[in-house]
Amino acid sequence: MQKTGKAAKKVTVSIDGRPVTVPEGTTILEAARQAGVKIPTLCHHTDLKPRATCRLCVVEVKGQRRFQTACNTPVADGSEILTNSKAIREARKTILELLLADHPQDCLKCVRNQNCELQKLANEYQIREVAFERSEKDLPLENTNPSIVRDMNKCVKCGRCVEVCQEVQQVAAINTANRSVDFGVSTAYGESLADSPCVYCGQCIAVCPVGALTEKDDTARVWEALDNPELHVVVQTAPAVRVALGEEFGWAPGTISTGKMVAALRRLGFAKVFDTNFTADLTIIEEGNELLQRIKEGGVLPMITSCSPGWINYIEKFYPELLPHVSTCKSPQQMFGALAKTYYPEKAGIPAEKIFVVSIMPCTAKKYECTRPEMQSSGYQDVDVVLTTRELARMIKQAGIDVEALSEEEYDAPLGISTGAAVIFGASGGVMEAALRTVYEVVTGQELKDVDFKEVRGLTGIKEATVDLAGTKVKIAVANGLANAKVLLEKIKAGQCAYHFIEIMCCPGGCIGGGGQPLGTTVAIKEKRLEATYDIDRGLKLRKSHENPAVKTLYEEFLEKPLGHKSHELLHTVYSKRKY
Amino acid sequence: MSKVMPLISKNCGQIRPTSVEDYVKAGGYAALKKALGMKPLEIIEEIKKARLMGRGGAGYPAGAKWQQMYEIEHTPKYIVCNADEGEPGTFKDKLLLEQDPLKVIEGMTIAGYVFNSHDGYIYIRGEYAAIQKLFQEAIDNAVQAGYLGDNILGSKYSFHLHVMTGAGAYVCGENSAMLNSIEGKAGRPRVKPPHLAEVGLFQKPTLVNNVESFANVPVILDIGAEKYLSIGTAESGGTKLVCLSGHVAKPGVYEVPFGVTLRDIIFDEEIGGGMSGHRKLKFYHLGGQSGPCGFLPQLDTEYCYKALRANGLSVGSGAVVVLDESVCVIDYLKCVTEFFIHESCGKCTPCREGNKQLYLILDKFSQGTATQDDYRQLERLSNLLAKVSFCGLGQAAATALNTCLKNLRAEFDAHLSGQCPAGVCFTNQETESGE
Ligand SMILES: Cc1cc2nc3c(=O)[nH]c(=O)nc-3n(C[C@H](O)[C@H](O)[C@H](O)COP(=O)(O)O)c2cc1C
Ligand code: SF4
Ligand code: SF4
Ligand code: SF4
Ligand code: FES
Repeated sequence: MQKTGKAAKKVTVSIDGRPVTVPEGTTILEAARQAGVKIPTLCHHTDLKPRATCRLCVVEVKGQRRFQTACNTPVADGSEILTNSKAIREARKTILELLLADHPQDCLKCVRNQNCELQKLANEYQIREVAFERSEKDLPLENTNPSIVRDMNKCVKCGRCVEVCQEVQQVAAINTANRSVDFGVSTAYGESLADSPCVYCGQCIAVCPVGALTEKDDTARVWEALDNPELHVVVQTAPAVRVALGEEFGWAPGTISTGKMVAALRRLGFAKVFDTNFTADLTIIEEGNELLQRIKEGGVLPMITSCSPGWINYIEKFYPELLPHVSTCKSPQQMFGALAKTYYPEKAGIPAEKIFVVSIMPCTAKKYECTRPEMQSSGYQDVDVVLTTRELARMIKQAGIDVEALSEEEYDAPLGISTGAAVIFGASGGVMEAALRTVYEVVTGQELKDVDFKEVRGLTGIKEATVDLAGTKVKIAVANGLANAKVLLEKIKAGQCAYHFIEIMCCPGGCIGGGGQPLGTTVAIKEKRLEATYDIDRGLKLRKSHENPAVKTLYEEFLEKPLGHKSHELLHTVYSKRKY
Repeated sequence: MSKVMPLISKNCGQIRPTSVEDYVKAGGYAALKKALGMKPLEIIEEIKKARLMGRGGAGYPAGAKWQQMYEIEHTPKYIVCNADEGEPGTFKDKLLLEQDPLKVIEGMTIAGYVFNSHDGYIYIRGEYAAIQKLFQEAIDNAVQAGYLGDNILGSKYSFHLHVMTGAGAYVCGENSAMLNSIEGKAGRPRVKPPHLAEVGLFQKPTLVNNVESFANVPVILDIGAEKYLSIGTAESGGTKLVCLSGHVAKPGVYEVPFGVTLRDIIFDEEIGGGMSGHRKLKFYHLGGQSGPCGFLPQLDTEYCYKALRANGLSVGSGAVVVLDESVCVIDYLKCVTEFFIHESCGKCTPCREGNKQLYLILDKFSQGTATQDDYRQLERLSNLLAKVSFCGLGQAAATALNTCLKNLRAEFDAHLSGQCPAGVCFTNQETESGE
C-alpha cells in the first residue's frame, strides 16, 4: 500500500522487456500506459475505484503462478511483466468469447453500435467465432420512466454503474444482486427505477461500457413535431451542450461548437433557435433578488440553488426537511418553457397551443423535469421534449448535415440573447459566480471590476469562499456530485453551516459532466469542457446577467419586476417530499 | 503402531464440551497460562518451529501469517476464526466445535494475546445453528471462569469473543467474503490489495485462521514445537483431522499424524477400513470439491503437504471422498461443476461464465455429442479459471477436472463414441428407475 504523507518512492519494472520507472503504488495498467502499452480493460473506468471483476486486463508477472489484473495491482519493484504473451492473448480471447456467448447478438440494432467497449474489444481481438454455447436471456426491458432505459440482457456485469450510483452519487438506487449466473445489477427487490431512489442523473449511463443503460430516446417525437406543419417548433440549448457536442463529430474535447450547432438546428427545421442562457441570466436576477430578500428579511439560510433537476430529485427524496432552503426559482430550462408559451407567443403573434418547445440538454434528469405537473404554468406542458446532447448529435447525423461544412450562425432574438454569466452555468461554481457578479453590483451600487471568482471554479467536489459585499461578508459553498452535496446537507442539518448561499449540481463537475453528454467522459475531458466554457465567457462583452438587454426588455414588457406577481406565477415553483 | 493419533481431538467425546471444569481437568488452559508468561514473539517462534500449516484449505504457514500480522503497526487488530466449513465432504471443524469448543477458544485467546487484540469473532456457518448456541455457552462459561473477557486470569489482557453467522454460502468461507459477511455486507470477495492483515474486518488489521488451526495452537504450546514437529513429517508438523466419506466402509473424522499413506487412510482397519461394498476403488477426491482427484497409482503417497503436492495432490480441508467403480467420471465432474455454478458469487467473468460453459461441455460428453474440439475448450476454460479468476473459488473450480482429464482420459474418450464404462450415461431413464 502506498503510504500517505511521504513522497512516493520510485520503482522500476520491465514491461514487455522495456524498463519503466514509476512512483510506488502505480498500477500495472498505468505503468504500461507510460511505457506506451494500452492494456485492454472493461470493468475499469479511469475515474472510478477498480473492481477488478472482468479480468480482461490480466498480465503475466514473472514468478507469479496466476495472472494479475493490471487495473488494480500495483507494480512491484523489479518485476517483469508481459502484457501480450500467447497465454495472455488466449485468456483475453476466452473471456471475450464467454462474454459474447452471454450477450445479445444485435449490435446493428443497438444504440451503442460503433461506440461500445465490448464491440471494440471483440474486434481488436478478432473474435470471429464464439466457441461456447449461447445462453439466451430474456430479461424485460425497463423503459417506464422518462429518463433512463435499462436492458439488462446487454449488461456485462462490470459494476461501473453501481460504483457511480453508490460511491460518487451515494444514491444507491442500484446495487449488485444475486449470485452466480444470475449475478447482475438491480434496484432493491428488482423494482422499477421509478419506484427506487433513482434521481435520473444518468451518471450510470455515462460509465456503462455497453448498451445496457441508455437515455430514453425522444428523437422520434421531435421529428414528428418538425414534420407537423401546424406546429411552430422552437429549440433551446443548454450552456454545457456547446462545449461537448463537437466530441460527437470527432472534434477535440473542448471545441466550442455554438455557431455550428445553431446552424445545424436551423437545418433540422427548428423555426427559432433560442438559448437557455437567456433564462440563465433571468434566473440570476430572480435568484439573486431572492437571496437578498432572504438575507434582509431573515428568511431561511443558507439558500441553495435549484437549477439542477437531479439535485432537486435528490433533496425531495432524501432531505425533504431541508426543502425550505432551496430557491423557489425554476431551472433555466423550465423558465424558458414557461416564457416560450406566454411571453413569446404574445411577442411573435403565434398562438401558444401551436408552439412546441424542444430542449437540448446535457442531462437525463431534465427529461423527467419537463414532465412534472408543476411545470405547466403556461397552461400547457411548458417544455414538450428534452433531448440530450447525444440525441441531438444523432439527429444531425441522421439528417446528413455536414457540420464541418456549416458556417457559424447566431441565436434568434430575443430568447437567444445572453451574457457570459449565463454560459458558465454549465460548470460547477458557475451559477454561484454569475450570482455574485450581479449581487455585488446590486448591493454595493458599484461596478465589479474583476468578474472572475476563481475560487469557485474547477472540479473539486466542495469549494468554499467568503465574499466581501461592501462590508457584508457573504459565505458561500459549491458542491458538485451528490456525495459532496450530502456532506453539505448533513452540515446544515447539524446546524454547523454558516453559509448564506450554496450552489449544488447533481453531476460531478456540473452540467459539463451531465448524464446526457457524449459518452467516454473522463475527468480530463471535463477539464477541457470547463476551459472552453470559461473561454466563451471571457470572450464576451457582456458578462453580468443584469446587463442582458433582452432580460431588461422582458421585465419592462412583461414581468414588471423581479419576484413580482408574474414571476411567481411563471418562474417559481414549490417542492415536495417524494416517496420511493 | 497405531495409525490414528488423537492429539487435538483427544477430548472429543471424553469431556462435557462446554464445561470449563472438565476442560481444565483434561489439561486445558495450561497453554494459555504458559502463553501469558511468554513474549508474543516467542509464541510466534513456537508456531513457526512447529511448522503449523493453516488447516482451512490453502495450507499457508501459520507462523509466517502471524509474523506478518505482528509487524503491522495499526490497532486495533482483530482475530477471526473461520468456522464456515463449507467445503463438501468436510466435517472436522464440526467435531471440534461440537465436542471441544474450549480448545478453539483457548487458541483464539492465545492469538489475541499475541496481537494485543481485544476482540475476536468466530464465523460459524448458518447450517450449524445448534453449534452456534453451544459455542456461545462455552464462551460464557470461559468468561465466568476468568479465562476469557476482562483481565484474563488476573492479567491486564482482555479478550472478548463474538459468535457470527452467515446465510450459508460456500464463498463466505473465503477470507475477505467472510469479513464482508460479518460486517453485514454481501458475501463477495474483496479486491486485494490491500491485504486483510492490513485492511481487514471493519478496515482494521485482521488475522483469519481456521478452527483446526486455532485448536492446534494450545497443543503446540503444551507439548512444545519440537515434540509436535516430531509427530508429523519433517515438513508438515503434527496431525491432521481427515474426513472420510463416500464408498468407504467406515466414514468419519480421524486424526492421523502426517506421513501415513493414502492407502492407510482408505484401507487401514483403524481408519477407513476399505471399500463399503464389493466394488473396487476408482478414485478419491481430496480436500473437498476444490481439490484434486487421486488415482490408484498415487495410493502410496504420504499424506503430508510436501509429498501430496509433489504428486499433484493436496491436503486441502482434509476431506477424502472415496469413489468406487460405479461412478462415472463425467457424471461426477458434472456434480462438482454444478456445485461451483451454484456457489459462484458471480462477480468475475471466468467463474460466472466459465463454470456454466464447463458444465455444458461436460453435459455434451454425457450425451455423446462431444467432439475432439471440446477437449480444447475444456482446457481453455480450466486454464482461465485457474489463472484468471478473482478468488480461490473460481481458481480451484477446475482442479478436479484437470486431474481427471490427465488420469481418466480413456473414459472421456469412450464417451465421445457413446460408451460409458460405468454404465451411468446413455441409459434409458425408464429402465433405470428403481435403482
Ligand atoms: C471459496 C473458498 C472457500 C473457503 N472456505 C473455507 C472454509 O469453509 N473454512 C476455512 O477455514 N477456510 C476456507 N477457505 C480458506 C480461507 O480463505 C482461508 O485461507 C483460511 O480460513 C485461512 O485459515 P488457515 O490459514 O488457518 O487455513 C476458503 C477459501 C475459498 C477460496
Ligand atoms: S440515474 Fe443516477 S441515481 Fe439513477 S441509477 Fe443511475 S446513477 Fe443511480
Ligand atoms: S449496466 Fe452497464 S455499467 Fe452497469 S454493470 Fe452492466 S454493463 Fe456495467
Ligand atoms: S472466482 Fe469470481 S465469481 Fe467465483 S466466487 Fe470468486 S470472485 Fe466470485
Ligand atoms: S479491467 Fe481489470 S479486471 Fe476488469
